[in-house]
Amino acid sequence: MGVVELISFVLMTAGGFCVFVGGVGVLRMPDLYTRMHAASVTDTAGLFLVATGLMLHAGWSLPLFKLVAILVFLLVTSPTAAYALANAAMLSGHPPAGVRDETVPSAGRDGETP
Amino acid sequence: MTLVFGVFLLTLLVIVAVAIVRSTNLFAAVMLSGIFSLLMAVNFFLLDAADVALTEAAVGAGVATVLFLSALALTAEHEQVRPGGAALQWLPLVVAFATGGLLIYATFQNPVIGDPNAPVHQHVAPWYLENTPELIDIPNVVTAVLGSFRGFDTLGEVFVVFTAGIGVLSILGLRHTLVEMTSAEIDARQRSLRHHLIPRVVGRGMVPFILLFALYVQFHGEYSPGGGFQAGAIAAAAIILYSLLEGDDRGRALVPEWLLQIMVASGALLFGGVGVVCMLLGGSFLDYSVLAEVPSEGQHLGLLLIELGVGITVSGVLLTVFHAFARRASR
Repeated sequence: MGVVELISFVLMTAGGFCVFVGGVGVLRMPDLYTRMHAASVTDTAGLFLVATGLMLHAGWSLPLFKLVAILVFLLVTSPTAAYALANAAMLSGHPPAGVRDETVPSAGRDGETP
Repeated sequence: MTLVFGVFLLTLLVIVAVAIVRSTNLFAAVMLSGIFSLLMAVNFFLLDAADVALTEAAVGAGVATVLFLSALALTAEHEQVRPGGAALQWLPLVVAFATGGLLIYATFQNPVIGDPNAPVHQHVAPWYLENTPELIDIPNVVTAVLGSFRGFDTLGEVFVVFTAGIGVLSILGLRHTLVEMTSAEIDARQRSLRHHLIPRVVGRGMVPFILLFALYVQFHGEYSPGGGFQAGAIAAAAIILYSLLEGDDRGRALVPEWLLQIMVASGALLFGGVGVVCMLLGGSFLDYSVLAEVPSEGQHLGLLLIELGVGITVSGVLLTVFHAFARRASR
């Protein structure tokens, strides 16, 4: 196994580990925002590592450029989607756990003791 | 390895299907059905059916999800608990289990996947594989089969799509009555993502690339997976994204409804017209060989034109359906 393949293998394994950590985070975090944070941050890192690993694997060929295109596309869209989801959740009245801010739209504030 | 991955995917499919049935939140059910389609697309890809996978991903996971969501805007978010006898609920379960059992029983007779002696590999498939390089001279045999050898079936499919578009229009109304909009209704229309800077900037940046990709899928269909159906869905997705970001009215200003109606009809007409031209030039219906001096070049031209027709009709119908739902939702 060449050095490049070894690096590619290490990168992809690290990427897989990141995605796994994200999955654990989604299951264990307390509310929607922290869960999304766990999923989106680790996904972006994992994606970057896996795609870089695959690029090293591909070498100078057409798949390399396709992988670059996919990577750029996902690096731009995935944080945007995460933002849009969090924003939509906030607007539809799901304040983060433990936050009591008067500017947060209603819901969830009712039964709480002051 | 492929087997392990296949079993994993199919298990996920079953889990997602059960989750769809059990979910009473329709919004979640729609999202889950999108995931189901995406898993199905990966599954198709695993079976080396790249063209079908592309269609499933573009239509099933992409456009259909948006159409479901826009239809959901017309109704409630939660499923209503239906009052009914226990027998009424048991009957579908029994029917589903009986059908499933029969299908599983039928698979016992099936040959193993990839078995070269399976009937499906002995019938017309070898003939297509052998004769495509000579008769049509394109690398993607799937396109050759769909467009040329079985062009009549594809024409039928296009007319199914065309009929579906007409059906939706006749149910949801061709022209909306021009009602004076109250300020509340204008507010409702502003509920697009127009005021959300980040999705809007990023999304608008995506639209030209999606359209470019649609053109690539459209005109590269003879060399790689793709063709009119996929390209039409992807192009429609780009315009739908624009409509979601900028509001339905601006989306309709970009591609006006009269243009959509022309697209819906003209794509199907182009397909059928190519067939009639073939007849006029002395060939049989949809036999493109007569379109040029060299038969294989005639096939290329014919495939290009009919794929274009398919793409135009599919994107026209999908956009028409989307606008029909979105317009009713904003009223």
